[in-house]
Amino acid sequence: MASTQSTIRIAPTGPGHPKRVKSELMRQRLRAAGWFLVPMLVALAIVAGWPLLRTIYFSFTNASLTNLYGAELIGFKNYLNWTVLKSGRIVWSGLLADPVWWNAVWNTVRFSVLSVTLETILGTIVALVLNAEFKGRGIVRAAILIPWAIPTIVSARMWGWMLNDQFGIINDVLMTFGLIDHKIAWTASADTAMIAVLIVDVWKTTPFMALLILAGLQMIPRDIYEAAAIDGVHPVKTFWKVTLPLVRPALMVAVIFRLLDAMRIFDLIYVLTPNSSQTKTISVLARENLIDFDKFAYGSAQSTMLFLIIALMTILYIWLGKVRFDGGDR
Amino acid sequence: MLWRYTKTAAFYLLVAVIVLVSVFPFYYAILTSFKSGTALFEINYLPHHFSLDNYVSVLTTGVFVRNLGNSILVATSVVVLALFLAVTAAFALARVSFRGRGLLLMTILAVSMFPQIAVLAGLFELVRGFGLFNTPFALIFSYTIFTLPFTVWVLTTFMRDLPMEIEEAAIVDGASPWVIITKVFMPLMWPALVTTGLLAFIAAWNEFLFALTFTSSNETRTVPVAIALLSGASQYEIPWGRIMAASVIVTVPLVGLVLIFQRKIVQGLTAGGVKG
Repeated sequence: MASTQSTIRIAPTGPGHPKRVKSELMRQRLRAAGWFLVPMLVALAIVAGWPLLRTIYFSFTNASLTNLYGAELIGFKNYLNWTVLKSGRIVWSGLLADPVWWNAVWNTVRFSVLSVTLETILGTIVALVLNAEFKGRGIVRAAILIPWAIPTIVSARMWGWMLNDQFGIINDVLMTFGLIDHKIAWTASADTAMIAVLIVDVWKTTPFMALLILAGLQMIPRDIYEAAAIDGVHPVKTFWKVTLPLVRPALMVAVIFRLLDAMRIFDLIYVLTPNSSQTKTISVLARENLIDFDKFAYGSAQSTMLFLIIALMTILYIWLGKVRFDGGDR
Repeated sequence: MLWRYTKTAAFYLLVAVIVLVSVFPFYYAILTSFKSGTALFEINYLPHHFSLDNYVSVLTTGVFVRNLGNSILVATSVVVLALFLAVTAAFALARVSFRGRGLLLMTILAVSMFPQIAVLAGLFELVRGFGLFNTPFALIFSYTIFTLPFTVWVLTTFMRDLPMEIEEAAIVDGASPWVIITKVFMPLMWPALVTTGLLAFIAAWNEFLFALTFTSSNETRTVPVAIALLSGASQYEIPWGRIMAASVIVTVPLVGLVLIFQRKIVQGLTAGGVKG
């Protein structure tokens, strides 16, 4: 926990230096810092802040793709609205009453929880392997970087081909080993579409998880393990009682990072399982409404909802991330 | 004794499975890309056919070369822009203490966690308003949202770890902050700049949602969109051979770069926590 915060304590400490010199220097640095920050802040405001505000604004209007500027404010009607029929029956509308929306929410949550859980378990195993000393460790480390380096679209296409029902190698392998008795249309059939998406996502992002966990593992001093070995503690017990508690901060950060990332998934699902209601997540649904269905305002409302969900989780992350941030070293 | 051998064997079996699962899909894509005609529909585990037909077809028909050019242009411009803005900002955030610095850093980190879809509507309006729709500038502009926070964040953590002494000497000599950045820090920062730049480049190279939404013609698309939309003569005829060839073309340089800069990339990744 040595302080890596090297802020300015520049003041020469000799007796002949009055305090005024230091504060003048400090003021000069502060002014420079201000000017250095302005371009970046302006860029972020234009490219992130303003568009976000506009999206939220559009969610309260009846805007359409062809009529962005003539849109009128309609309040919360995109979120929830009701009309009372003559018969006295109340008809609800808006996204909170839309089963398609809730299906997308369910898909997003299901995908995020399952993928992150699998990635954490597998990532921990890979990280433990990489943390051991053995011949060929470099090769393994290089090999697991390959899935990470491959563009998501390319991995979606590659796996789409491997999971092809007629000519796919996955069906061939499974048939050869007698694990299945008929060819499965992995990406097309409703039962397996989510499994297909999970397979590809886990394959692609486990390396990232493993590297983050490995960084945490490598900070654990080796002598703790030596002490445990001398005391004759079983390695499995060492893992649960020593390794896991010590690596938990790194693990938590990795999990939250991945969770936030999984919540906004778009590209993999758009390419691997287009038009499957079993895998349509909030991002996919929102873009469909924004661009394809010309329900710009409605899509904006869905985007805003996703933003709110993720914002809540980000606050959680920052709260937890603070530990790492002030801890300084990694 | 036997127990120890079993344990070692099990360990290496696990290692073999990890390597096989990691590498096989890419290997199989390469294998497929060299098949043409009906050979495509035979399942081979080892190289069996060798034909460059798919590569020739991808590179000569259609506009794939143009798409490659677009991707290179967009990714390079975005990286240069982001690094330029980030270096000075990182200096201010890492080496000068001022009120609200922690909050500012957290805000920047929060922006990198933004779901892209949340800004899509607003960006769409901006891109159309500026007349950038269906041009590479739309992408260079919009990609700043994820490259800039990331580069600022990683460069800040890097600069914070540099020792005080190097800066003190320059300050005593009366160097201005600008001179300190360009003359003192820049030479030390090359490794960090290369790593961050490379990671930002990969992120921009792989981006899909903005590229899909802000371009509309074949000529202005970037590579991921081109590969996603590559289709055959009919809806039911997916040109798998050509898709694999195109995939291999865009992935080989990336995999090469990543393997060369392995160590640096792992450091950068764990500092910035970014997904490619």
